[in-house]
Amino acid sequence: MKVEQISIFLENKSGRLAEVAAVLAGAGINIRALSLADTTDFGILRLIVNDTGKAKQILKDNGFTVGRTEVIAVEVPDRPGGLAHILGVMKDQGINVEYMYAFVQRSGGNAVIIFRFDEIEKAIAALQKAGVVILKGEEVYAL
Amino acid sequence: MIWNEEFETLPREALEALQLKRLKNLVERVYAAVPYYRKKMEEAGVRPGDIRELKDLRRLPFTTKEDLRLNYPFGLFAVPFEKVVRIHASSGTTGKPTVVGYTKSDIDSWAELMARTLSCGGAHKGDIVHNAYGYGLFTGGLGAHYGAERLGAAVIPISGGNSKRQIMIMQDFGSTVLMCTPSYALNLADVMKDMNVDPKTLKLRVGLFGAEPWSEKMREEIEKRLNISAIDIFGLSEVMGPGVASECIEEKHGLHVFEDFFIPEIINPETGEPLPPGERGELVFTTLTKEAFPVIRYRTKDLSRLIPEPCRCGRTFYRMERITGRTDDMLIIRGVNVFPSQIEHVLMSIEGVEPHYQIIVDREGALDIVEVQVEVSEEIFSDEVKVLETLARRIEREIKDLLGISCKIKLVEPKTIQRSEGKAKRVIDNRKL
Repeated sequence: MKVEQISIFLENKSGRLAEVAAVLAGAGINIRALSLADTTDFGILRLIVNDTGKAKQILKDNGFTVGRTEVIAVEVPDRPGGLAHILGVMKDQGINVEYMYAFVQRSGGNAVIIFRFDEIEKAIAALQKAGVVILKGEEVYAL
Repeated sequence: MIWNEEFETLPREALEALQLKRLKNLVERVYAAVPYYRKKMEEAGVRPGDIRELKDLRRLPFTTKEDLRLNYPFGLFAVPFEKVVRIHASSGTTGKPTVVGYTKSDIDSWAELMARTLSCGGAHKGDIVHNAYGYGLFTGGLGAHYGAERLGAAVIPISGGNSKRQIMIMQDFGSTVLMCTPSYALNLADVMKDMNVDPKTLKLRVGLFGAEPWSEKMREEIEKRLNISAIDIFGLSEVMGPGVASECIEEKHGLHVFEDFFIPEIINPETGEPLPPGERGELVFTTLTKEAFPVIRYRTKDLSRLIPEPCRCGRTFYRMERITGRTDDMLIIRGVNVFPSQIEHVLMSIEGVEPHYQIIVDREGALDIVEVQVEVSEEIFSDEVKVLETLARRIEREIKDLLGISCKIKLVEPKTIQRSEGKAKRVIDNRKL
């Protein structure tokens, strides 16, 4: 039910993002989705890739600080109210969304959104109960 | 004007004779009264009778801050405690302050020295001295205060802080002489600007600034912005407090060391060998007259050189050049002594933080700005911004609690802080001093 995401610490200086992309490209790794959180001093790049283990290793070898986190990929019906429904479920359960970002690829006719929750197991249970489709890791890496 | 014409213009020969007489007396007193000094002299194989000429001074062992620390608080006092009338202390490097004491006669000498200092800077009887040095354990406030009274000036014991009120008092009382740290002088200039007070409308004529290192450039700025003449004064609590040396208003080049009270030496900080006048090295002081807390060859860790050439002000005392640096890595941040090891201690106490850090000091306006760069290890890294920001704020708070200085923590990528082969370059000081 969970998807592995890698996160990378980046200082706010030009060229760092390009270096991450180049390192991954050199290792033949495909980026499935990404989001960049930035502050005045630093940024955190979060990636879903087709080979998490390899990506993490190659980035570490190139001197980056890399973390690994579990997130959830959810299918969101591509119509008004699709996202609102999912967030409503979370709100009712008192589960906090730390951050979220959208997938470029679609899964069938649906959009895919990556969620990072403070309580992941509780979130999965609540979403399943509400009939929301949660994608498996393998499905996401292969999208 | 020269406050004490008789002593301040003594021909060198007569001055050196006086120094020798006082030095012999000092060594005898200290040997008899302070077991710690006696033990050090015995270990060095020197007895009071061995001091026959001034150059025998070099046979005496040095005194360091560590000696002071080991004898905390009163172990090096050389008089029975009932003769001590005043105690001051300065911030120490590892928690415990450095404690110094004064007898009635020491306080009297100190007032004389500060009256000389004020006179050297062009102050005189009838002046209104705005004393913004801190009053308290710090020697600055009371040291300057007694000197100004001795001079016959009227002292405003305003101490530090509350700049708006200070400026109001300057306007209303007609302060003519300002005494404070150079950075506080610039801060006052900033506040005057905010209050739309034109310094030209004030009666300030001269400022005597010390207690922290500053530069020629800063002097120009203070003089221009406050419309005064700025004088560099020098002292340290271990030796006396302010009043050890002062620039004269005639030259404003090098600080006359009051050599009838103190013998300055310049040594090679690595070998401890005394260097001839003119060469640069570590400044060392011996107090000639002090009763309660005399020091023999106290190593200041300040770098300077002595200027033996005569000065046109008429004083025969050698001048010491403005302090140009330190032999250790101590930083003075907004008047607070900070050692990089103290910041390291805070970082190491936080789990996951690696010992790779760098301290960058800058000056914005009159304020010292400190940034501590800390490398983000995998252990402290998080995919959530708030976790990293909370960590940075926590380090800032702990540094503030322990050292009393505000700093900014900047998280940086691993390996971005330069690793050097030998000693890591922990500090980048961009202040133009």
